[in-house]
Amino acid sequence: MPKVSMTVNGKAVSGNVDSRTLLVQFLRETLRLTGTHVGCDTSQCGCCVVHVNGSAIKSCTTLALSHEGSTVTTIEGLAQDGKLHPMQEAFRENHGLQCGFCTPGMIMTAVDIVHRKGNKLDEQTIRHELEGNICRCTGYHNIVKAVAAGAEAMAK
Amino acid sequence: MYAFNYSRAETGRKAVNLISKNEDAKFLAGGQTLLPTMKQRLASPGALIDLSGAADLKGIEMKGRNLVIGAMTRHFDVATSELVKEKIPALADLAGMIGDPAVRNRGTMGGSVANNDPAADYPSACLALNATIITNKRKIPADEFFTGLFETALEEGELITKISFPVPNKAAYEKFRNPASRYAIVGVFVAKKGKDVRVAVTGAGSNGVFRPSNFEAALTAKFHVKSLEGVSAKAEGLNSDIHADAAYRAHLIGVMARRAVAKANAK
Repeated sequence: MPKVSMTVNGKAVSGNVDSRTLLVQFLRETLRLTGTHVGCDTSQCGCCVVHVNGSAIKSCTTLALSHEGSTVTTIEGLAQDGKLHPMQEAFRENHGLQCGFCTPGMIMTAVDIVHRKGNKLDEQTIRHELEGNICRCTGYHNIVKAVAAGAEAMAK
Repeated sequence: MYAFNYSRAETGRKAVNLISKNEDAKFLAGGQTLLPTMKQRLASPGALIDLSGAADLKGIEMKGRNLVIGAMTRHFDVATSELVKEKIPALADLAGMIGDPAVRNRGTMGGSVANNDPAADYPSACLALNATIITNKRKIPADEFFTGLFETALEEGELITKISFPVPNKAAYEKFRNPASRYAIVGVFVAKKGKDVRVAVTGAGSNGVFRPSNFEAALTAKFHVKSLEGVSAKAEGLNSDIHADAAYRAHLIGVMARRAVAKANAK
Protein backbone atom coordinates (compact mmCIF):
# COMPACT_ATOMS: atom_id res chain seq x y z
CA MET A 1 0.00 0.00 0.00
CA PRO A 2 1.27 3.49 -0.80
CA LYS A 3 2.58 5.62 2.03
CA VAL A 4 1.36 9.14 2.76
CA SER A 5 3.01 11.71 5.00
CA MET A 6 1.66 15.04 6.15
CA THR A 7 1.66 17.39 9.11
CA VAL A 8 -1.50 17.15 11.17
CA ASN A 9 -2.07 19.61 14.02
CA GLY A 10 1.65 20.41 14.05
CA LYS A 11 2.82 16.78 14.19
CA ALA A 12 4.50 14.91 11.36
CA VAL A 13 2.45 11.79 10.65
CA SER A 14 2.49 9.06 8.05
CA GLY A 15 0.67 5.88 7.25
CA ASN A 16 0.23 3.22 4.60
CA VAL A 17 -3.14 3.61 2.96
CA ASP A 18 -5.21 2.04 0.23
CA SER A 19 -5.29 4.50 -2.68
CA ARG A 20 -9.04 5.01 -2.23
CA THR A 21 -8.68 6.11 1.41
CA LEU A 22 -10.34 9.47 1.87
CA LEU A 23 -8.62 12.15 3.91
CA VAL A 24 -11.34 11.88 6.55
CA GLN A 25 -10.77 8.11 6.85
CA PHE A 26 -7.05 8.67 7.27
CA LEU A 27 -7.70 11.21 10.02
CA ARG A 28 -10.31 9.16 11.84
CA GLU A 29 -9.23 5.58 11.30
CA THR A 30 -5.46 5.75 10.93
CA LEU A 31 -4.71 8.70 13.20
CA ARG A 32 -7.73 8.13 15.47
CA LEU A 33 -8.61 11.81 15.34
CA THR A 34 -12.33 11.24 15.55
CA GLY A 35 -13.32 14.86 16.13
CA THR A 36 -13.75 15.30 12.37
CA HIS A 37 -17.15 13.78 11.61
CA VAL A 38 -18.73 12.15 8.59
CA GLY A 39 -22.33 13.29 8.29
CA CYS A 40 -23.51 12.74 4.75
CA ASP A 41 -20.43 11.43 2.92
CA THR A 42 -21.74 13.27 -0.18
CA SER A 43 -20.04 16.70 0.26
CA GLN A 44 -23.28 18.34 1.36
CA CYS A 45 -23.20 18.64 5.14
CA GLY A 46 -19.77 20.01 6.05
CA CYS A 47 -19.29 17.96 9.26
CA CYS A 48 -15.92 16.83 7.87
CA VAL A 49 -14.44 20.28 7.18
CA VAL A 50 -10.73 20.56 8.01
CA HIS A 51 -8.09 23.08 6.97
CA VAL A 52 -5.49 21.98 4.44
CA ASN A 53 -2.66 24.44 3.82
CA GLY A 54 -4.91 27.12 5.29
CA SER A 55 -8.04 26.42 3.20
CA ALA A 56 -11.23 24.84 4.50
CA ILE A 57 -12.12 21.73 2.54
CA LYS A 58 -14.46 18.77 2.89
CA SER A 59 -12.24 15.89 3.93
CA CYS A 60 -14.79 13.29 2.76
CA THR A 61 -14.32 14.43 -0.84
CA THR A 62 -10.60 14.24 -1.25
CA LEU A 63 -8.09 11.39 -1.23
CA ALA A 64 -5.54 11.10 1.57
CA LEU A 65 -2.84 10.55 -1.07
CA SER A 66 -3.63 13.92 -2.66
CA HIS A 67 -2.37 15.59 0.50
CA GLU A 68 1.15 14.24 0.59
CA GLY A 69 3.29 16.91 2.27
CA SER A 70 0.28 19.07 3.25
CA THR A 71 -0.34 20.84 6.51
CA VAL A 72 -3.68 19.83 8.01
CA THR A 73 -5.54 21.30 10.97
CA THR A 74 -8.48 19.44 12.47
CA ILE A 75 -10.83 20.42 15.29
CA GLU A 76 -8.38 18.74 17.72
CA GLY A 77 -5.71 21.20 16.66
CA LEU A 78 -7.53 24.40 17.60
CA ALA A 79 -7.29 24.38 21.41
CA GLN A 80 -3.88 25.43 22.72
CA ASP A 81 -2.41 24.39 26.08
CA GLY A 82 -5.73 23.05 27.31
CA LYS A 83 -7.51 26.31 26.53
CA LEU A 84 -10.35 26.35 24.01
CA HIS A 85 -9.89 28.35 20.81
CA PRO A 86 -11.96 31.58 20.94
CA MET A 87 -14.37 30.16 18.33
CA GLN A 88 -14.88 26.99 20.39
CA GLU A 89 -15.41 29.10 23.49
CA ALA A 90 -17.97 31.23 21.62
CA PHE A 91 -19.92 28.09 20.60
CA ARG A 92 -19.95 27.02 24.27
CA GLU A 93 -20.94 30.48 25.54
CA ASN A 94 -23.72 30.91 22.98
CA HIS A 95 -24.89 27.32 23.07
CA GLY A 96 -24.17 27.10 19.33
CA LEU A 97 -25.12 23.43 19.20
CA GLN A 98 -27.86 21.00 20.03
CA CYS A 99 -26.71 17.45 19.39
CA GLY A 100 -23.22 18.66 18.51
CA PHE A 101 -22.60 16.37 15.55
CA CYS A 102 -22.12 19.22 13.05
CA THR A 103 -20.14 21.37 15.48
CA PRO A 104 -16.57 20.42 14.47
CA GLY A 105 -17.30 21.32 10.85
CA MET A 106 -19.17 24.47 11.84
CA ILE A 107 -16.22 25.65 13.93
CA MET A 108 -13.60 24.83 11.28
CA THR A 109 -15.67 26.66 8.67
CA ALA A 110 -16.23 29.59 11.06
CA VAL A 111 -12.49 29.99 11.66
CA ASP A 112 -11.95 29.92 7.88
CA ILE A 113 -14.60 32.63 7.41
CA VAL A 114 -12.76 34.85 9.89
CA HIS A 115 -9.47 34.25 8.07
CA ARG A 116 -11.05 35.35 4.81
CA LYS A 117 -13.57 37.98 5.90
CA GLY A 118 -12.15 39.49 9.06
CA ASN A 119 -13.44 39.84 12.60
CA LYS A 120 -16.54 41.94 12.03
CA LEU A 121 -19.12 39.65 10.47
CA ASP A 122 -22.75 40.57 9.91
CA GLU A 123 -25.51 37.99 10.10
CA GLN A 124 -26.07 37.88 6.35
CA THR A 125 -22.40 37.16 5.65
CA ILE A 126 -22.28 34.41 8.26
CA ARG A 127 -25.44 32.71 6.99
CA HIS A 128 -24.22 32.92 3.39
CA GLU A 129 -20.75 31.60 4.22
CA LEU A 130 -22.18 28.70 6.25
CA GLU A 131 -24.16 27.38 3.31
CA GLY A 132 -21.92 24.32 3.01
CA ASN A 133 -22.57 23.29 6.62
CA ILE A 134 -25.82 21.68 7.61
CA CYS A 135 -27.22 21.30 11.14
CA ARG A 136 -29.89 18.60 11.26
CA CYS A 137 -31.15 20.03 14.57
CA THR A 138 -31.60 23.31 12.63
CA GLY A 139 -30.08 25.25 15.49
CA TYR A 140 -28.74 27.93 13.19
CA HIS A 141 -29.77 30.92 15.28
CA ASN A 142 -27.26 30.27 18.05
CA ILE A 143 -24.63 29.04 15.60
CA VAL A 144 -24.77 32.38 13.80
CA LYS A 145 -24.53 34.24 17.12
CA ALA A 146 -21.59 32.07 18.15
CA VAL A 147 -19.72 32.70 14.89
CA ALA A 148 -20.16 36.48 15.23
CA ALA A 149 -18.96 36.41 18.85
CA GLY A 150 -16.09 34.02 18.07
CA ALA A 151 -14.97 36.23 15.18
CA GLU A 152 -14.74 39.23 17.48
CA ALA A 153 -12.99 37.25 20.18
CA MET A 154 -10.37 36.08 17.65
CA ALA A 155 -9.31 39.71 17.18
CA LYS A 156 -8.23 39.93 20.83
CA MET B 1 -15.50 3.18 -4.14
CA TYR B 2 -13.78 0.43 -6.13
CA ALA B 3 -9.99 0.15 -5.88
CA PHE B 4 -7.76 1.96 -8.35
CA ASN B 5 -4.11 2.71 -8.88
CA TYR B 6 -3.07 6.19 -7.89
CA SER B 7 -0.34 8.30 -9.37
CA ARG B 8 0.55 11.93 -9.11
CA ALA B 9 1.75 14.10 -11.97
CA GLU B 10 3.96 17.10 -11.27
CA THR B 11 3.31 18.63 -14.72
CA GLY B 12 0.63 18.48 -17.38
CA ARG B 13 3.04 16.74 -19.75
CA LYS B 14 3.79 13.99 -17.21
CA ALA B 15 0.05 13.53 -16.68
CA VAL B 16 -0.50 13.03 -20.40
CA ASN B 17 2.40 10.54 -20.52
CA LEU B 18 0.97 8.60 -17.61
CA ILE B 19 -2.50 8.38 -19.10
CA SER B 20 -1.16 7.24 -22.48
CA LYS B 21 0.17 4.13 -20.73
CA ASN B 22 -3.12 3.29 -19.10
CA GLU B 23 -6.36 3.11 -21.07
CA ASP B 24 -8.47 2.74 -17.98
CA ALA B 25 -7.13 5.86 -16.23
CA LYS B 26 -8.83 9.18 -15.56
CA PHE B 27 -7.43 12.56 -14.62
CA LEU B 28 -8.29 13.69 -11.10
CA ALA B 29 -8.60 17.50 -10.92
CA GLY B 30 -10.36 18.90 -7.82
CA GLY B 31 -12.35 15.70 -7.40
CA GLN B 32 -15.52 17.45 -6.31
CA THR B 33 -17.56 15.56 -8.89
CA LEU B 34 -15.40 12.56 -9.78
CA LEU B 35 -14.89 11.31 -6.21
CA PRO B 36 -18.61 11.46 -5.26
CA THR B 37 -19.38 9.67 -8.54
CA MET B 38 -16.81 6.97 -7.70
CA LYS B 39 -18.20 6.61 -4.18
CA GLN B 40 -21.60 5.88 -5.69
CA ARG B 41 -19.88 3.38 -7.98
CA LEU B 42 -21.21 5.20 -11.01
CA ALA B 43 -17.61 5.48 -12.18
CA SER B 44 -14.83 3.00 -11.54
CA PRO B 45 -11.64 4.03 -13.32
CA GLY B 46 -8.78 1.57 -12.95
CA ALA B 47 -6.35 4.38 -12.23
CA LEU B 48 -6.39 8.04 -11.24
CA ILE B 49 -3.76 10.54 -12.26
CA ASP B 50 -3.82 13.33 -9.73
CA LEU B 51 -3.23 16.77 -11.26
CA SER B 52 -3.29 18.70 -7.98
CA GLY B 53 0.50 19.01 -7.87
CA ALA B 54 0.85 20.24 -11.46
CA ALA B 55 1.77 23.89 -10.93
CA ASP B 56 2.02 24.54 -14.69
CA LEU B 57 -1.74 23.99 -15.00
CA LYS B 58 -2.54 26.78 -12.52
CA GLY B 59 -2.58 30.53 -12.87
CA ILE B 60 -4.42 33.53 -14.25
CA GLU B 61 -2.88 35.99 -16.74
CA MET B 62 -3.66 38.37 -19.59
CA LYS B 63 -2.33 37.30 -22.97
CA GLY B 64 -2.99 40.05 -25.49
CA ARG B 65 -6.68 40.80 -25.15
CA ASN B 66 -7.56 37.46 -23.61
CA LEU B 67 -7.82 36.40 -20.01
CA VAL B 68 -6.14 33.00 -19.79
CA ILE B 69 -6.85 30.73 -16.85
CA GLY B 70 -5.04 27.47 -16.09
CA ALA B 71 -7.21 24.37 -15.96
CA MET B 72 -6.26 23.53 -12.36
CA THR B 73 -7.12 27.01 -11.07
CA ARG B 74 -9.57 26.60 -8.20
CA HIS B 75 -12.97 28.32 -8.12
CA PHE B 76 -11.90 30.28 -5.04
CA ASP B 77 -8.91 31.71 -6.90
CA VAL B 78 -11.05 32.77 -9.87
CA ALA B 79 -13.67 34.30 -7.57
CA THR B 80 -11.13 36.36 -5.62
CA SER B 81 -8.60 37.21 -8.36
CA GLU B 82 -8.15 40.98 -8.77
CA LEU B 83 -7.29 40.43 -12.44
CA VAL B 84 -10.48 38.46 -13.13
CA LYS B 85 -12.56 41.01 -11.20
CA GLU B 86 -11.07 43.79 -13.30
CA LYS B 87 -11.24 42.15 -16.73
CA ILE B 88 -14.31 39.87 -16.56
CA PRO B 89 -16.10 40.53 -13.26
CA ALA B 90 -18.98 38.28 -14.39
CA LEU B 91 -16.60 35.32 -14.40
CA ALA B 92 -15.41 36.03 -10.84
CA ASP B 93 -19.05 36.43 -9.84
CA LEU B 94 -19.94 33.05 -11.38
CA ALA B 95 -17.02 31.28 -9.68
CA GLY B 96 -18.18 32.65 -6.32
CA MET B 97 -21.60 31.05 -6.82
CA ILE B 98 -20.36 27.50 -7.38
CA GLY B 99 -21.11 25.01 -4.63
CA ASP B 100 -20.06 26.27 -1.21
CA PRO B 101 -16.81 27.75 0.15
CA ALA B 102 -15.19 24.37 0.88
CA VAL B 103 -16.09 23.03 -2.57
CA ARG B 104 -14.70 26.20 -4.18
CA ASN B 105 -11.42 25.60 -2.39
CA ARG B 106 -10.99 22.26 -4.21
CA GLY B 107 -12.99 22.39 -7.45
CA THR B 108 -11.25 23.54 -10.62
CA MET B 109 -12.27 25.24 -13.84
CA GLY B 110 -10.78 22.53 -16.06
CA GLY B 111 -12.51 19.78 -14.10
CA SER B 112 -15.88 21.47 -14.40
CA VAL B 113 -15.51 22.16 -18.12
CA ALA B 114 -14.22 18.65 -18.92
CA ASN B 115 -17.11 17.08 -17.01
CA ASN B 116 -19.73 19.26 -18.75
CA ASP B 117 -22.45 18.62 -16.22
CA PRO B 118 -25.67 19.97 -17.76
CA ALA B 119 -26.22 22.10 -14.63
CA ALA B 120 -22.63 23.28 -14.11
CA ASP B 121 -21.84 27.00 -14.23
CA TYR B 122 -18.57 27.31 -16.17
CA PRO B 123 -19.79 25.82 -19.48
CA SER B 124 -22.20 28.76 -19.82
CA ALA B 125 -19.35 31.25 -19.31
CA CYS B 126 -17.18 29.48 -21.90
CA LEU B 127 -19.96 29.46 -24.47
CA ALA B 128 -21.21 33.04 -23.92
CA LEU B 129 -17.71 34.53 -23.77
CA ASN B 130 -16.68 32.58 -26.90
CA ALA B 131 -13.78 31.03 -25.01
CA THR B 132 -11.17 28.74 -26.48
CA ILE B 133 -10.43 25.51 -24.64
CA ILE B 134 -6.73 24.77 -24.96
CA THR B 135 -5.58 21.17 -24.57
CA ASN B 136 -2.23 19.42 -24.79
CA LYS B 137 -3.06 18.78 -28.46
CA ARG B 138 -5.11 21.66 -29.87
CA LYS B 139 -7.35 24.67 -29.41
CA ILE B 140 -11.06 24.01 -29.39
CA PRO B 141 -13.66 26.82 -29.72
CA ALA B 142 -16.36 26.59 -27.02
CA ASP B 143 -19.01 26.27 -29.76
CA GLU B 144 -17.44 22.95 -30.78
CA PHE B 145 -16.41 21.76 -27.33
CA PHE B 146 -19.68 21.03 -25.51
CA THR B 147 -21.25 18.18 -27.47
CA GLY B 148 -23.97 16.83 -25.16
CA LEU B 149 -24.78 15.61 -21.66
CA PHE B 150 -21.44 15.08 -19.91
CA GLU B 151 -19.97 14.89 -23.43
CA THR B 152 -17.22 17.07 -24.87
CA ALA B 153 -14.93 17.15 -27.89
CA LEU B 154 -12.07 15.86 -25.71
CA GLU B 155 -10.49 12.66 -26.97
CA GLU B 156 -9.20 9.83 -24.79
CA GLY B 157 -6.20 10.99 -22.82
CA GLU B 158 -6.55 14.61 -23.94
CA LEU B 159 -5.96 17.14 -21.16
CA ILE B 160 -7.33 20.68 -20.88
CA THR B 161 -4.36 22.88 -19.96
CA LYS B 162 -5.98 26.31 -20.02
CA ILE B 163 -8.98 28.27 -21.13
CA SER B 164 -8.71 31.58 -22.95
CA PHE B 165 -11.54 34.12 -22.56
CA PRO B 166 -11.76 37.15 -24.88
CA VAL B 167 -12.52 40.15 -22.62
CA PRO B 168 -16.09 41.35 -23.35
CA ASN B 169 -17.44 44.91 -23.16
CA LYS B 170 -20.24 43.78 -20.90
CA ALA B 171 -21.16 40.48 -19.29
CA ALA B 172 -23.16 39.06 -16.41
CA TYR B 173 -24.33 35.72 -15.03
CA GLU B 174 -27.59 35.09 -13.22
CA LYS B 175 -28.41 31.77 -11.64
CA PHE B 176 -31.55 30.32 -10.12
CA ARG B 177 -30.05 27.59 -8.07
CA ASN B 178 -31.18 24.49 -6.32
CA PRO B 179 -30.72 25.41 -2.65
CA ALA B 180 -29.61 21.89 -1.70
CA SER B 181 -27.17 20.95 -4.47
CA ARG B 182 -26.37 24.58 -5.38
CA TYR B 183 -26.31 23.58 -9.04
CA ALA B 184 -28.17 25.79 -11.50
CA ILE B 185 -31.81 24.95 -12.08
CA VAL B 186 -31.37 27.63 -14.73
CA GLY B 187 -28.32 29.84 -15.23
CA VAL B 188 -27.95 32.43 -17.98
CA PHE B 189 -24.70 34.07 -19.02
CA VAL B 190 -24.92 37.09 -21.34
CA ALA B 191 -21.93 38.75 -22.99
CA LYS B 192 -21.54 41.65 -25.40
CA LYS B 193 -18.32 42.14 -27.32
CA GLY B 194 -18.39 44.79 -30.03
CA LYS B 195 -21.62 44.13 -31.94
CA ASP B 196 -21.67 40.48 -30.98
CA VAL B 197 -24.06 39.34 -28.28
CA ARG B 198 -23.90 35.78 -27.02
CA VAL B 199 -26.24 34.16 -24.52
CA ALA B 200 -25.67 30.75 -22.94
CA VAL B 201 -28.12 28.77 -20.83
CA THR B 202 -27.12 26.07 -18.38
CA GLY B 203 -29.23 23.82 -16.15
CA ALA B 204 -32.17 23.74 -18.55
CA GLY B 205 -31.27 22.03 -21.81
CA SER B 206 -31.77 18.27 -22.00
CA ASN B 207 -28.64 18.21 -24.15
CA GLY B 208 -26.58 20.45 -21.85
CA VAL B 209 -25.54 24.07 -22.24
CA PHE B 210 -26.93 25.90 -25.30
CA ARG B 211 -27.31 29.30 -26.97
CA PRO B 212 -30.91 30.54 -27.44
CA SER B 213 -30.77 32.24 -30.85
CA ASN B 214 -33.94 34.31 -30.40
CA PHE B 215 -32.51 35.92 -27.24
CA GLU B 216 -29.23 36.66 -29.01
CA ALA B 217 -31.00 38.22 -32.02
CA ALA B 218 -33.14 40.46 -29.82
CA LEU B 219 -30.16 41.62 -27.78
CA THR B 220 -27.96 42.15 -30.83
CA ALA B 221 -30.52 44.71 -32.08
CA LYS B 222 -30.23 46.52 -28.76
CA PHE B 223 -28.51 45.26 -25.61
CA HIS B 224 -31.28 46.25 -23.25
CA VAL B 225 -33.73 44.48 -20.95
CA LYS B 226 -36.63 45.88 -23.02
CA SER B 227 -35.35 44.05 -26.09
CA LEU B 228 -36.33 40.81 -24.36
CA GLU B 229 -39.99 41.78 -23.92
CA GLY B 230 -42.02 39.10 -25.62
CA VAL B 231 -38.96 36.90 -26.17
CA SER B 232 -39.37 33.51 -24.55
CA ALA B 233 -37.84 30.06 -24.51
CA LYS B 234 -39.76 26.99 -25.61
CA ALA B 235 -40.31 24.25 -23.04
CA GLU B 236 -39.65 21.63 -25.69
CA GLY B 237 -36.21 20.07 -25.21
CA LEU B 238 -35.81 21.32 -21.65
CA ASN B 239 -35.29 19.19 -18.57
CA SER B 240 -38.11 18.19 -16.24
CA ASP B 241 -37.35 16.81 -12.81
CA ILE B 242 -38.62 17.03 -9.24
CA HIS B 243 -37.08 20.48 -8.87
CA ALA B 244 -38.64 22.15 -11.90
CA ASP B 245 -40.62 21.07 -14.95
CA ALA B 246 -39.75 22.15 -18.48
CA ALA B 247 -42.34 24.95 -18.62
CA TYR B 248 -41.00 26.43 -15.40
CA ARG B 249 -37.43 26.21 -16.65
CA ALA B 250 -38.46 27.92 -19.91
CA HIS B 251 -39.96 30.75 -17.86
CA LEU B 252 -36.83 30.99 -15.73
CA ILE B 253 -34.63 31.36 -18.82
CA GLY B 254 -36.49 34.59 -19.65
CA VAL B 255 -36.29 35.86 -16.08
CA MET B 256 -32.60 35.04 -15.65
CA ALA B 257 -31.74 36.52 -19.07
CA ARG B 258 -33.49 39.80 -18.25
CA ARG B 259 -31.78 39.98 -14.85
CA ALA B 260 -28.40 39.21 -16.40
CA VAL B 261 -28.80 41.95 -19.05
CA ALA B 262 -29.84 44.45 -16.37
CA LYS B 263 -26.83 43.45 -14.28
CA ALA B 264 -24.44 43.71 -17.24
CA ASN B 265 -25.74 47.19 -18.09
CA ALA B 266 -25.54 48.35 -14.48
CA LYS B 267 -21.80 47.85 -14.38
